[in-house]
Amino acid sequence: MSFSVVKQDGVTVVDVEGQLIVGNRQELKQKVLDELEGGDRRFVIDFQQTGYIDSSGLGVLVSLSKKIREQGGELRLSGLNEDLRTLFELTKLDTLFRITHTKEEALQGL
Amino acid sequence: MESTFVLEVPNDLRAIERAVDLVVGRCQTCEHHASRFRLNFRVALTEALANAMLYGNGADPHKRVRVDVTVNESEVLARVTDQGAGFDPDAVEDPTTPENLMRPGGRGLFLMRQLLDEVRYNDRGNSVTLVLRLEEEAASFDEAASA
Repeated sequence: MSFSVVKQDGVTVVDVEGQLIVGNRQELKQKVLDELEGGDRRFVIDFQQTGYIDSSGLGVLVSLSKKIREQGGELRLSGLNEDLRTLFELTKLDTLFRITHTKEEALQGL
Repeated sequence: MESTFVLEVPNDLRAIERAVDLVVGRCQTCEHHASRFRLNFRVALTEALANAMLYGNGADPHKRVRVDVTVNESEVLARVTDQGAGFDPDAVEDPTTPENLMRPGGRGLFLMRQLLDEVRYNDRGNSVTLVLRLEEEAASFDEAASA
């Protein structure tokens, strides 16, 4: 598992490679919070290379979304395969996030 | 043909991914059920192990979690047992209600129940058995293979 952070058109884009689960979710959270504290307000987290996400990973996304919104920003999610989308639908978190097929779509209008 | 095996996992969240990989890797018939194993079983077992380590064993690094796995042609069972006092699974709230949707936690047991065919606790509440049935997808696979 690893995370990479790049700035693209003023948006912080985080790629999640591997699993986003209880054993590593704090690392993702801290990376995004560091950027938020640094002044970034627009975020995309991309799951194109993600195997699976557990409830702790989902919880971190909920927590980050809330914190970013409180700062007047926005978090979008992209690249979820069919399996991962199922998790968001089961938990109804698909109603909470703006989810796009690709990173490029997520960047549009953000 | 049925196979059984046991894993003793240290009470360390970083050990979960490897433990899940080991269990899934031992299932010889899983290739016919790739989609359900890729998501359903992996996520559910991850949830059960995390609950056992964090809440059952209270994050105590000196404790362990035992996983008893049985695989046969029709189902996979994984019994995850911690060394804690147990809890009441019926007391867990529905995380999909509007008042709970923004909560960061509380989705683990819900996901296990949604993703598996059966989730049952012992009376004490420190051991959960996860059941994933294989027949339906196996039949579909066989039909597709013979078509």
